[in-house]
Amino acid sequence: MSTTTTDLTALAAALRAAVGADRVLSDRQELRTYECDGLAQYKVVPALVALPADAAQCAAVVRACVAAGAPFVARGSGTGLSGGALPHADGVLIVTSQMRDILEVAPSDERAVVQPGVINLAVSRAANPHGWYYAPDPSSQQICSIGGNVAENSGGAHCLKYGFTTNHVTGVELVTPDGDRVRLGGRAPDAPGYDLLGAFVGSEGTLGIATEVTVRLTRLPESVRTLLAAFDSTDQAGAATSAIIAAGVVPAAVEMMDALAISAAEAAVHCGYPPGAGAVLIVELDGPEPEVAAQFDQVERLCRDNRAFEIRIAADDVERALFWKGRKSAFAAVGRISPDYIVQDGVIPRTALPEVLRRIGELSAERGIRVANVFHAGDGNLHPLVLFDAAVEGQTERAEEVSGAILDLCVRHGGSITGEHGVGMDKAKYMPRMFTADDLDTMQLLRCAFDPAGLANPGKVFPTPRLCGEVPGRRKGVHPAQEAGLAEVF
Amino acid sequence: MPADAILDRLRAAADGTTTTDGRHTDGLPSQAAAGRTDNPDGPEPVRPAGEQDAIAGVPARYVAMPRDTAQAAALLRAAAALDLAVTFRGGGTKQDWASPPRRLDLIVDTTALAGVVEHAAGDLITVVRAGTGLDALAAALAAAGQQLALDAPLPGGTVGGAVATNASGPRRMLYGTARDLLIGVTLVRADGVVAHAGGKVVKNVAGYDLGKLVTGAYGTLGLVTECAFRLHPLPAAAAYVTRRVDDAAEAGRLAGTVRAAQLVPAALEVDAPAGGGAAVTVLLEGTPAGVAARVEAAARLLGTDATAADQAPEGWGRYPWRDGDTGLKLTAALSGVPRLLADARAAADRHGVPLALRGSAGVGVLHAGVPGTAEPERVAGLVDALRAATAAVAGHAVVLTAPPTVRDRVDLWGPVDGLALMRRVKQRFDPDARLAPGRFVGGI
Ligand SMILES: Cc1cc2nc3c(=O)[nH]c(=O)nc-3n(C[C@H](O)[C@H](O)[C@H](O)COP(=O)(O)OP(=O)(O)OC[C@H]3O[C@@H](n4cnc5c(N)ncnc54)[C@H](O)[C@@H]3O)c2cc1C
Repeated sequence: MSTTTTDLTALAAALRAAVGADRVLSDRQELRTYECDGLAQYKVVPALVALPADAAQCAAVVRACVAAGAPFVARGSGTGLSGGALPHADGVLIVTSQMRDILEVAPSDERAVVQPGVINLAVSRAANPHGWYYAPDPSSQQICSIGGNVAENSGGAHCLKYGFTTNHVTGVELVTPDGDRVRLGGRAPDAPGYDLLGAFVGSEGTLGIATEVTVRLTRLPESVRTLLAAFDSTDQAGAATSAIIAAGVVPAAVEMMDALAISAAEAAVHCGYPPGAGAVLIVELDGPEPEVAAQFDQVERLCRDNRAFEIRIAADDVERALFWKGRKSAFAAVGRISPDYIVQDGVIPRTALPEVLRRIGELSAERGIRVANVFHAGDGNLHPLVLFDAAVEGQTERAEEVSGAILDLCVRHGGSITGEHGVGMDKAKYMPRMFTADDLDTMQLLRCAFDPAGLANPGKVFPTPRLCGEVPGRRKGVHPAQEAGLAEVF
Repeated sequence: MPADAILDRLRAAADGTTTTDGRHTDGLPSQAAAGRTDNPDGPEPVRPAGEQDAIAGVPARYVAMPRDTAQAAALLRAAAALDLAVTFRGGGTKQDWASPPRRLDLIVDTTALAGVVEHAAGDLITVVRAGTGLDALAAALAAAGQQLALDAPLPGGTVGGAVATNASGPRRMLYGTARDLLIGVTLVRADGVVAHAGGKVVKNVAGYDLGKLVTGAYGTLGLVTECAFRLHPLPAAAAYVTRRVDDAAEAGRLAGTVRAAQLVPAALEVDAPAGGGAAVTVLLEGTPAGVAARVEAAARLLGTDATAADQAPEGWGRYPWRDGDTGLKLTAALSGVPRLLADARAAADRHGVPLALRGSAGVGVLHAGVPGTAEPERVAGLVDALRAATAAVAGHAVVLTAPPTVRDRVDLWGPVDGLALMRRVKQRFDPDARLAPGRFVGGI
């Protein structure tokens, strides 16, 4: 489907009527600012960009798209790593950056109500003075938007204990792909009816646009204690993690980095991790002081039992921040040791870690492609960083092969092709490795209920779109048994 | 069409089904189910329904008891071809909940679809068949020092039933509800197609989260045959700290004080029986040393006459009603809990109806029970008043169960946001409206 110039002119006029001329971009130079998200290898210049200031304007924009039959793609901060906010060449990119008001912080309700463009960290900043914070903490939290978090069901290092975005969003107001404004959930739990809120979170912009989000606030913990343990190998660090979990401890976070990831982080941010480490673990416990005190000693002992050769304990927030600095900068840091890299995101059952890491090592050796490993060790979410040099003939292809083979490993071990970065454009083709055609068809029944015309972020998540057809009604006339060729049975 | 011809068709469908999909666990013989396939003493896969099978007074014609996902799928395919209206039944503990089905031919009973398929203790996950009893599952997991942290307010329930009705209890405050613990689901659609969503790892954002969609859907979108759950370690220590007060609203205010402190309770409950008085109970879970210290802190916070105990107080985690009573779920924004407790009590006095209130003040969910002997007109008036009281605190009042005389007089669900979208979802999943028609919101 391609939009003609006249259609586009009419659509642009409709958008200007909806949001005002200064909030519609149609100049090619300006449009190019939005040609990609955090996954810069895919680029598409949108036909138009609209920057609504509120939910009503957002709905008007969507209705204009519906009237024109034009696809639309929502965009928050554009930090997504799966091409979810990749624009549609014939469509409208709806950017939420003008919707950045924190509407309410209500500690007595343990809730905050925010517009979708609000930056993740801003919610915690607003709640902190009252003693509360917003728990999901993606590493991109200084720049990513709550709307994007909702769409991706984003996680973070502390999701091991606290859960993901879906466990912390209690309500949304959305603009449906028809342009209607609908509220799902709210301040109170368990709204009657289907849990459409639960289905909407993580739907990657394919079921509509969130225009207001009600999030749960979590009490700032009384006590936080963090240790950094250095091991000779990832196997030992993995064994320590297993021992901690087996002891019934649920740390706030357990993060692991391997030697290559450590050396990249050293080069980039001089985090000063113990020299010679084949792996480091960062383990953080939080909660009531007496609980943390009781469990922290146990964790330290379990690390030693599993042959940690050095353990450092953060004395204060400054030291804690230093421990985390190396980990949080890891993605960008590999830029120091490799001209190009792929950030992979896959999940395995945590107990398969040693085996999977060994296999990744073999893959890396076979193809001559280095892989640095950073992961949320507590929940088996791997972020292998596949390093290559696009200038070297054939390396890009081999890196992509390694990256794809890692996902196969995840699926083969009963894991997932994505733990937090989403499917988007990038991984739609991998979906059939994890799900049957019937599984995908069933998911798309939901899509058809929300978006029968297929205008909301088309081409993402699903490898092949499902034709929704008319809403089927009750069958009339021929008896269904007859229709199915069963009538002669009787 | 003769009834025994339909019975034959259903029996033929139940015979000789196999599963081949290697990617998913369904169809693997579970330990509990293994060896039962050829057991002549096992339940008949399809039988004519009896009087005891009626659902909320609506008689059924047939009962099927599939043993695995493949057999359930074959049965539902046949039911689709035969245009049979189907209702799913687990332990049968909540069949008098919601509205009776408008049309009912076939009951698919999941109790033979039982057993733990997988328990990966090191990964803190389990995969279980939907008909597995919650008690049996708890016993199996406890052997490894683990739990599915889902409190079942009614004894005898199955995993699938708990998911379908979104049942929850006190410890939802710390662990969340079924929607938060369910990480993967296998379902059979109305047309007999088998679909999976999620998986068996805790962290996973591939595809839509259909598990959430079917949680609390009362079996109107499909049959849940297998569930994968996130597990938690059993706490090394637990203690209950209780303080009695004069009235419900006071209990609500005390609960607010506890929330603002640093106790991180596993549960924070109020119990206000119809006869008057009220209690707040804090459940603390953790290490022995940690719990001991927190019990002292909780007692300081609640007041000098607070008492600590190893055992749960009477009625803990149970609904404040009995069979044949009217039972409601009331929700509120957290700051509105004391007000809701006060308003509910006042409304009960005004309508001259005894009202027992009990529930999770710490998360804004209360349950309310009215004796089945109360005059239906008055109960209906009280339901309206409770609906207004919950609306004033951003919540809802849903009648979960009620005697027919009350059910006929009230709107069970009250206002439902997003109902138009919900109808569209139902139409896509069950276009002929054969799955428990009329049981859910808006007559879905
Ligand atoms: C350095 C770095 C570190 C990262 N670390 C993490 C991490 O630790 N954990 C993690 O989970 N992710 C991480 N990410 C990925 C990314 O930050 C998250 O996916 C984030 O939630 C995206 O938010 P955004 O505002 O940038 O969304 P965008 O990139 O703008 O959009 C993402 C998707 O959301 C949709 N969308 C955006 N707004 C809305 C809305 N209002 N309504 C409906 N759909 C909408 C878009 O259509 C798109 O499909 C990281 C990214 C980077 C660059």
